[in-house]
Amino acid sequence: MTSSAGGFPRYAEGMGLWEHRGKVAVVGYGYSAIDRRWDGVSMDRTLGAFQIAAMQNAIEDAGLTAADIDGFMCSEAMAGDTWAQEDRGDPRPYFDPPYDSEDGLSLTSADWLIAGMAREGTPLSNLQWIDRNELAIGQETGKAAQAVGDGMANVLLMTYNMGNVPGRYKLEEGAYSEGARKWSAPWGWMTSAMMQHAFVFMQYCTKYGGSHDDLAPFVLNQRRNGLLTPWGYYAQHEPYQITLEDYLTQRYICWPNGLLDSDRPVNHAFAMIFTTAERAKDMKQKPIYVLSHVQASHPTKTTMATLEDHEAWTDSLARRLYEGAGARPEDLDIFNPYDGFATFTQSYLEGFQWHGVKRGEAFDFYAGDIRVEGPHPFNSSGGNLGCGRTRTAMYTDSIEQLRGTAGDRQVTVRAETAAMGQVTPGGNGHIFLSVHPQI
Amino acid sequence: MPKTIPVPDAVDKPFWDAVNEKRLLLQHCAECDKLQYPIKATCGHCDTKDPLGWKEVEGKGHILETLVVHDTRVVRLKGDVPFNVAIVSLDEDPSINFLANLPGTPVNEAPQGAAVEAVYEELEPGVFIHDWKVVE
Repeated sequence: MTSSAGGFPRYAEGMGLWEHRGKVAVVGYGYSAIDRRWDGVSMDRTLGAFQIAAMQNAIEDAGLTAADIDGFMCSEAMAGDTWAQEDRGDPRPYFDPPYDSEDGLSLTSADWLIAGMAREGTPLSNLQWIDRNELAIGQETGKAAQAVGDGMANVLLMTYNMGNVPGRYKLEEGAYSEGARKWSAPWGWMTSAMMQHAFVFMQYCTKYGGSHDDLAPFVLNQRRNGLLTPWGYYAQHEPYQITLEDYLTQRYICWPNGLLDSDRPVNHAFAMIFTTAERAKDMKQKPIYVLSHVQASHPTKTTMATLEDHEAWTDSLARRLYEGAGARPEDLDIFNPYDGFATFTQSYLEGFQWHGVKRGEAFDFYAGDIRVEGPHPFNSSGGNLGCGRTRTAMYTDSIEQLRGTAGDRQVTVRAETAAMGQVTPGGNGHIFLSVHPQI
Repeated sequence: MPKTIPVPDAVDKPFWDAVNEKRLLLQHCAECDKLQYPIKATCGHCDTKDPLGWKEVEGKGHILETLVVHDTRVVRLKGDVPFNVAIVSLDEDPSINFLANLPGTPVNEAPQGAAVEAVYEELEPGVFIHDWKVVE
C-alpha cells in the first residue's frame, strides 16, 4: 500500500484556487516529550517511542480511535545522525527487538511505526493507504492535505520526527571529498543551510543596511515564545530567557551566524490528523480548514544561491500560497515561518508581506512590538529557536492559536487564519489554514 | 589549510585535470550558451540532452561577501579556525560563483567587493585545488 497524491507537489505559478480549498480539515494533533538527545538507555524515550506517543496523542486529541485511521503518512528519512557504531566510532550495541536496528532509534519506517502502534495497544487496523515518503514536514503536510482531498484516505494520520543521538552532530571526517562535497568541503563549507544563509544574509545587510545584531529582537522573542510553549525544549530543560547581552556576546559558528542564531537538535516527534471537511463537521475539535498548500524546489545553479534568488523564490512561494487560498497578505493572521537559522526568516516575512513588511524592512519590524500580546505577534510559536529543532512548533502553535487554546501564547489580534512551513527558501512546503472553509 | 582532497569522477575529471595544470575549465552548454560550475552531468539551465562542452575562463573575480568560520564539522579543518570563506563571482560570468579561503587575507579583513584571482594549492604531489586570493 503505497501511493502518491495526484496534485502533489504544487510548484507551478498561476494554479489558481487550490481545488480542495476548504474541503480538507485538520482535526487533531499530538506531540511527544522532548529531550536534547536520546540517552542510549531509556527505551521509553527513543525516537520511535516518542513517535508512537505523538500519534496516540493526536488520535486522542481528535476524539478518534486508532481503528478510525485509514491513511498513514510518515517520513522515513534519517531524522538526525545514525546510532550506528560504524558511523560514529563509539561502541554502540543494538538492543532486543524492536530496537535491533537503526529503525526506531535514528529513523522510523512506516512498518516499524505501524507495528509499534499495535504493540502499544493502539493498532492501526484499518489502513487502506500508506505513504512512505522522505519529505520534511513542510512538504509532508501539503501532501497529506492533498491526499485527503484526492480521496486517497478519509482520516489520515501524518507523523514527523527529528532525532538526536549522543555525540557531535554530523561531523565530517576523512581527508578526501567525493560527490557534491568535493565542491564545498575543501574550503570549509559545511553540510548545512547555515553558511548559505549567512552569505545571503550578508548580501541582505549590504543591500538594505543593518547588521547581524539587528536580529537580536527577533531571536530574543523566539526564545520568549518558546518559553511560553510548555512542551518546548527550553521550557522543559533550560527555562530562562536569553538577554541582549547574551546575544551580542554569543559564540560565532560562522560569522555572521552564531550559536543563538542556530536551532539546537533535539529528540522529538509530532503527529497531525487530516480528514474531509464533511467528516470533520461532527468531530471533537473545531475543524481547521486547509485552504492551500504549495511547495518549492530550486536547485542552485552555481555554488551558492544569492539574495536575488531567495527573494524571487519567496515572492513566488507567497504569491502561490495566497493565490491557492484566495487570500491576500492582510488576510493572514498567524504567521509561523521557519527559523532554523535566524538569518533567513526575514526572506519569508518580507515575501509574504505579513503585516505590510516589504523587502528590506524586517529589521525595523523586529525592533517594534512583535510579542504575542502585541499588535504584530510574529512567529508566535517560538519556532525552532524557541522550542528546539522539532520543525513542528509552528504547526502546534498555529493549530492552538486558531483553536484559541494557545494559553499564555494566545495572540490578542484576530486569529482565524495561519500560514506556516519549512524548510529553507530553496526547498520548502507551506500550508494555509483557516477556521473558515474560505476567506 | 589542509583542504580535503577532491576525488574526481568521470564527469568532472577534465575540470580537475585542468586545475592540476593551473587552469580553470568550466562546462559550457552549446544549447543555451551558459557556463556551469560546479561541474554536473547535465546542464542546470536548459533541458538539453547533449553532453556539455568545456571552456577555459580567466581566473578573475570579485568578492561578494566573506564569512568567517569559527567552528567546523569538517574535522580536517578544525585546527585552522577561524578562517575565511568568501563567495567570489567570476568576472566573465557573475552568475557563476566559487568558494574561496582568500589565502594571505587575515580574517575579518577581507575587503567586500575586492578583486580576486585564481590561485592553485598543491594538496598532494601533482594534485592541485583552486582557490582565490585578493589582488594587491
